[in-house]
Amino acid sequence: MREIHVRSVTEAVRDLCLTANCDLPPDVAAALARAREAEESPLGKQILEELLENAAIARQDRMPMCQDTGVVHVFVELGQDVHLTGGHLKAAIDEGVRQGYEAGYLRKSVVDDPIFRRANTQDNTPAIVYIDIVPGDRLSLAVVPKGTGSENMSGLKLLTPAQGARGIRDFVVEVVDRAGSNPCPPVVVGVGVGGMMDRAALLSKKALLREVGTAHPDPSTAALEREILQAVNDLGIGPAGLGGRITALAVHIETAPTHIGALPVAVNLQCHAARHAERML
Amino acid sequence: MKDRTIRVTPPLSEEEVRAMRAGERVSITGVIYTARDAAHKRLVEASQRGEPLPVDLAGQIIYYVGPCPARPGQAIGSAGPTTSGRMDTYAPTLIELGLRAMLGKGLRSPAVVEAMKRHGSVYLAATGGAGALLARQIMRADVIAYPDLGPEAIHRLEVRDFPAIVAIDTLGNDMYAEGKRRYARPQK
Repeated sequence: MREIHVRSVTEAVRDLCLTANCDLPPDVAAALARAREAEESPLGKQILEELLENAAIARQDRMPMCQDTGVVHVFVELGQDVHLTGGHLKAAIDEGVRQGYEAGYLRKSVVDDPIFRRANTQDNTPAIVYIDIVPGDRLSLAVVPKGTGSENMSGLKLLTPAQGARGIRDFVVEVVDRAGSNPCPPVVVGVGVGGMMDRAALLSKKALLREVGTAHPDPSTAALEREILQAVNDLGIGPAGLGGRITALAVHIETAPTHIGALPVAVNLQCHAARHAERML
Repeated sequence: MKDRTIRVTPPLSEEEVRAMRAGERVSITGVIYTARDAAHKRLVEASQRGEPLPVDLAGQIIYYVGPCPARPGQAIGSAGPTTSGRMDTYAPTLIELGLRAMLGKGLRSPAVVEAMKRHGSVYLAATGGAGALLARQIMRADVIAYPDLGPEAIHRLEVRDFPAIVAIDTLGNDMYAEGKRRYARPQK
């Protein structure tokens, strides 16, 4: 049994909020640089150049890359041999978000009651927290600030098994096509397949945590990722949606076992900043 | 003519915006106003009640943005465009009130484009996700209405050489559709 004081969770979340918003992750920066070389549209190339310049300013001036600093998602992997002391885990995470968003001059974008009041909570809490219990005595945190530009363009469909890989491909292409310029392309496309409706949706978001452009370990799934990426880039939407070859930087599929009668597919779009930051305690 | 940059300072005349064509670059210097979801709702509700608006929209540009707070010594925090489509419900009313240009990113509804054609209003796009870069062109920001809305309050911005592209012009030409058509390949 290893003891971890929740204070260190608060500190980590605070730092990760700042890093995720101000420092373009190296994998995403590399993907954008490759896209700039590959893009055939002169305007698209210029936009990719602007995005890399924007990332450099953000890093240097400690300014968020995008004014939509999002709702903070925190993915926790909690080793079952960890004993948390000093308070409640979710409260400690929210305190980290509160401190990070204040210290970093980040926009507070959370409203309380979604239907009627829609009053800003003023400190960007609560975060959306997912906790997995895993073997071991470590605690890992992945922070993903997610804005609505991309999130609002996401989609979910409950396919039938007969629709198979082709149905998955067609649905992903349909979602990206309908999204057009709205989600700030070039996007990262997170695809969750399997489980039930809720599991597919969560997998599609977790797919965004994977290092951009790395393939799924299963060769057939990896081949489907490549096929969908090609199809999406053939749409011609391009950087900022103004036309071009690079509509998506990557397609990441995550899968889970499902029911004999089910093939749920969720598509979570992520903008070109693809913000994420991780720490292990 | 697509390489020319049109330099504009609001208020804009109807002739000025009707001469703009999709794909042209625009550089804005002067005063523009911010508004996004919640401010649009209030503006339109005030207009429906026959109340005066906190800002006279005739000839003006509305920038769809909810900026980050400014650090000490900065005019404004990160301030890139938000998705314009969420304002589609409200935009035709504001266009009727004389709004000459909307600055944002992303797709617009046919109803908005119809209002733009009829009343002479243009849709400009700034680069989505380039909030730190675009903030450098904003010299001053003051909240002038609805301060309780926080980042959604209406700000008066003084901008210099703020870069945009004409995304949809007053003839309904759409740079998003045109760009996509140019680079699309047949689906296999």
